[in-house]
Amino acid sequence: MVFLTRRATFSASHYYWNPAWSEAENARVFGRCSNRNGHGHNYTLEVTVAGEPDPVTGFVVDLKWLKDVMERDVLATYDHRHLNLEVAEFAEGKAVPTTENIAIAAWKRLEPAVTTAGGAKLSRVRVYETPEIFAEYRGEL
Amino acid sequence: MKAYFGRRYMLSASHRLHSAALTPEENLAAYGKCNNPHGHGHNYVVEVLVGGAVDAGTGMVLNLAALDETVQKRVMERFDHTNLNLDPLFVNRVPTTENLCRAVFELLDGTVGPAKLEQVRVEETENNFFEYAGR
Repeated sequence: MVFLTRRATFSASHYYWNPAWSEAENARVFGRCSNRNGHGHNYTLEVTVAGEPDPVTGFVVDLKWLKDVMERDVLATYDHRHLNLEVAEFAEGKAVPTTENIAIAAWKRLEPAVTTAGGAKLSRVRVYETPEIFAEYRGEL
Repeated sequence: MKAYFGRRYMLSASHRLHSAALTPEENLAAYGKCNNPHGHGHNYVVEVLVGGAVDAGTGMVLNLAALDETVQKRVMERFDHTNLNLDPLFVNRVPTTENLCRAVFELLDGTVGPAKLEQVRVEETENNFFEYAGR
């Protein structure tokens, strides 16, 4: 089994807000991230797939194909967008666009294409919000 | 739904690699320039990885501010801008980065609730790092 990772970056804005809570409660739990004017980050998306290298090509998956899947299924929706206002899974009352939830949502967006292609399995999705903060999802273990 | 959350911290400290169990010649052979009697220092990067269920209300595995406070109190205040050899943990243990990594894991294990400490990684320089997952 070989693990192959591809990185891409996207820039997006967001804020943290749970509509079931009062303004004071949101401010207490989320601090500066609860400012409803939003703020932004340069995110790094790291996608790891696992499989056996193809005996003919030597590829676990074609990197260009993986790049296109990441572009089509994640970056086209997230890059230069306001996650709360423009991305369905983070609409008010749905998931708060924390780094954890972005990693889970990106997994759900990528998993069908990787599985359908056959050969490799999606192994890990890691999202860096800053160089010092990241979240990772490895599917249901 | 289980996810992992990671955070990187920087600490600066000095150390000398020297084992009381070895002769001066053996220490020099084992540790080379790291055996310099006056020690030397590094800017260490400590990467803490925790895992747990994503809370439905907050969307978080744990609160970042709470993790920062715990790491600050238990690790940074203890090791940052210190001589590692003088810490009680390293009186009988050579302060290699392997042992520092294990010490950080043991200092944080059980203190990052509701999440579980999964792994500690310590980068000594840009080109070498060590990981410990508690087993």
